[in-house]
Amino acid sequence: MRLSYPTNIKIVKVPCTGRVDIIHILKAFEGGADGVCLVGCLEGDCHYLRGNLRARKRVEHVKLLLEESGIGKERVAMHNLSSAQGQRFAEIAREMTEKIRALGPNPARKTG
Amino acid sequence: MSTGSNLEKVLKSGAFAVTSECGPPRGADPEVVKKKGAFLKGYIDAVNVTDNQTSVARMSSLAGSLILKNMGFDPVMQMVCRDRNRIAIQSDILGAASLGVNNLLCLSGDHQSFGDHPGAKNVFDIDSMQLIQTVKRMRDEGKFISGDEVKGRPNIFIGCAENPFGDPFEIRAMRLAKKAAAGAEFVQTQCVFNVDKFEKWMEMVRDLGVHEKMYILAGITPYKSIGMANYMKKSVPGMDVPDEHIERLRSVPKEKVAEEGIAICLEIIERVKNIKGVAGIHIMAIEWEEKVAEIVKAAGLFPRPEI
Amino acid sequence: MIVANRKPFEEIIEMLKPYSKILLLGCNECVTVCATGGAKEVSVLASEIRLFRQKEGQPVEIKELTLERNCDTEYVESLKPAINDYEVAISMACGCGIQFVGEHYRDKLVLPAVDTTFYGVAEEQGVWTERCQGCGACVLDKTLGICPVTRCAKSIFNGPCGGSQGGKCEVNKETPCAWQLIVDRYKEMNMLEKYLEIQPMKNWSTSRDGGPRKRVREDLKL
Repeated sequence: MRLSYPTNIKIVKVPCTGRVDIIHILKAFEGGADGVCLVGCLEGDCHYLRGNLRARKRVEHVKLLLEESGIGKERVAMHNLSSAQGQRFAEIAREMTEKIRALGPNPARKTG
Repeated sequence: MSTGSNLEKVLKSGAFAVTSECGPPRGADPEVVKKKGAFLKGYIDAVNVTDNQTSVARMSSLAGSLILKNMGFDPVMQMVCRDRNRIAIQSDILGAASLGVNNLLCLSGDHQSFGDHPGAKNVFDIDSMQLIQTVKRMRDEGKFISGDEVKGRPNIFIGCAENPFGDPFEIRAMRLAKKAAAGAEFVQTQCVFNVDKFEKWMEMVRDLGVHEKMYILAGITPYKSIGMANYMKKSVPGMDVPDEHIERLRSVPKEKVAEEGIAICLEIIERVKNIKGVAGIHIMAIEWEEKVAEIVKAAGLFPRPEI
Repeated sequence: MIVANRKPFEEIIEMLKPYSKILLLGCNECVTVCATGGAKEVSVLASEIRLFRQKEGQPVEIKELTLERNCDTEYVESLKPAINDYEVAISMACGCGIQFVGEHYRDKLVLPAVDTTFYGVAEEQGVWTERCQGCGACVLDKTLGICPVTRCAKSIFNGPCGGSQGGKCEVNKETPCAWQLIVDRYKEMNMLEKYLEIQPMKNWSTSRDGGPRKRVREDLKL
C-alpha cells in the first residue's frame, strides 16, 4: 500500500498490547518520548482474549499518574485497529503527531 | 428493691406509663432545657435526657438531667458507650446517682460518623448489654466491674432500648430477652410507625416471656411534616416508615399536614395501648416538644397518676 | 496480609522536596501482594517522581530497592552498602518496615510513601477488605468465624445494634453487618440458641490498649 506516516514515530513491537505495563509507558516518557500511543487489536478480537482490554485499563491508570507527575494525560492514547486498517493507522499516527506537537515537548525531557 | 424513680412507681402500680424526651442544647444555656421542660411538665411520668444524640456534641445528659430534676421531673439519663470507657461509665453512674438521677437508659450509641465530629475516635469499650450488667452489679452487688466494693450503691432503675424494626428481625425479641437477663427493667423501643410489624415483634417477645420480666414502652413519634417522614424513611438507620403514612400526609392540604401527623400518632397510640405486654409509651416529639401535652390529652392519658 | 495504600503523590513530592539522591524501598511481602509497595509499584513511583522532578528542573537520582522483607534484621542489614550513598530513604513497606529500617540506620530519615491501613484479605481481584485488628484475644470460636471487633463499626459483642438494616451496617451501606453475618452463621450451624449467651466484657489489655505488644520465644533466641 506504501502508506506514509510521520517519521518521528518509533514503533515498539509487542506480541499483544496486554504485554504493555504502566512502567513501560512511564519509561518511554522518562526516555524523552513526547507521547505514547498504544495500538491494539479490535476489542473482542484479542488473540489472548482480554489483552487489549487490560491495556486500555492500564492506559486509563497511567493517565492519572501522568497528571500527578505533571506530564499530562493527553500525551497518552490507545486505539484499536485490525491488521487490515493500515490506512487508519497512518491517519492516527498523523493525528497523534499533530496533537502532541501542539502540546509541545515532554516537560520532563532531559536537556543537553 | 425499689429506687426513687417515679417511672418505676408508675409502672409497678400497673398504670400505663408515659415518658418523653428532651434533647440538651448545643450550648451552655440552661434556659433552653427549662423551656423544653415547661412544655412537658405534668404530662409525663419521666423525661429522657439524650446523650449527644446522633453523635453531635451537646450539653451533657447529666447536666440536662439535673436541670430537669430541679424542675420537679424524674429524669431518665441516657448513656452511650461510644464516648466513655468503663472507668468513665462507672464514674458517671455514681455521679448521676449521687445527684438523685434515678433512671438510666443504657445505649450503645450512634456511630460518630453521623455527627459533627466524624474524625473522633470511638470508645465502645463495653456495649449496651454489658452496660446494663454494670449498673445492675453496682446497684445489687455493690461491685465495680473490677470486683472492688462500691461504697454507697447507685440506686438506679435500669432501662434499655431496642429496635423492633432492625435486622435480622428474627433475633430482635431474643436480643430484648438478653437485655432483660442482663438486668434491664424497662425498655423504650425505636419509633413505632409500622404497627403490624411491632405486633409481630411483641408476639415473639411474649413467646419468650420477656413482657413479664421487664416493662415495655413503645416509642411514639408524630410526623411534623412530609419532609420529616421522608427523611426518617430514607436516612435514619433502622426506621420503618410505611408508605401509606406518607400518602396520608400528602393527601391533606399543606396546612393540615401537622394535624394529620398527630392523628396518625394517636391512632398508633390507640393500637399499641391494646397490645398485650405494652406497659406504656415513650413520646419522642423531635423538636416538637410543645405537642406532647396535646398528644397525651387526646390519647386519654391525662392526668398522670400521682403515686 | 497487611494492606496499605500509596500516599497521594503531592504528599510524597512534598516530603522529598529537599532531596536529590533518594533510596526508594519496597517489600516483597504483604505490600507486594496488595499491589501497593512491591518491586513493580516501586518502579512506577520512581518513574513518576523522576518525571515530575525533571519537569520541575530539579532532577533526582533514585535507587530502587525491594527487600525480601523489611521486618527482619537480616534483610534490613543488606541495605548497608546502598543506603549511605543516598540522602534519604522513602519506603513503600508497611508501617513496621518503615520503622524498622529507620531503627537500623539512625543517621538517615526513612519517610513513608504509603499509609498502612489494615490486616485483610483479597476479597476479589483488586478489592481488599479488613478481617482482623490483632486484638490479642481471639473470639472467633464464639462468633463462628466472624470478628465483631473488626467487622462491627462499634465493635460490639452483643449485637446487632439498632442500625442493622437489610444485612448492611448503618455506617456504610456497602459493608455487611457483622452481626447479621454472625446470626446467619449460627443458623447455618444450627446453633442459634448460642445467640442468647451474653458475651462478657472484653479485656482490652491484650490489644493495643495495653501498650506496644511483644512476643518472645525463648527457645528460638540466640
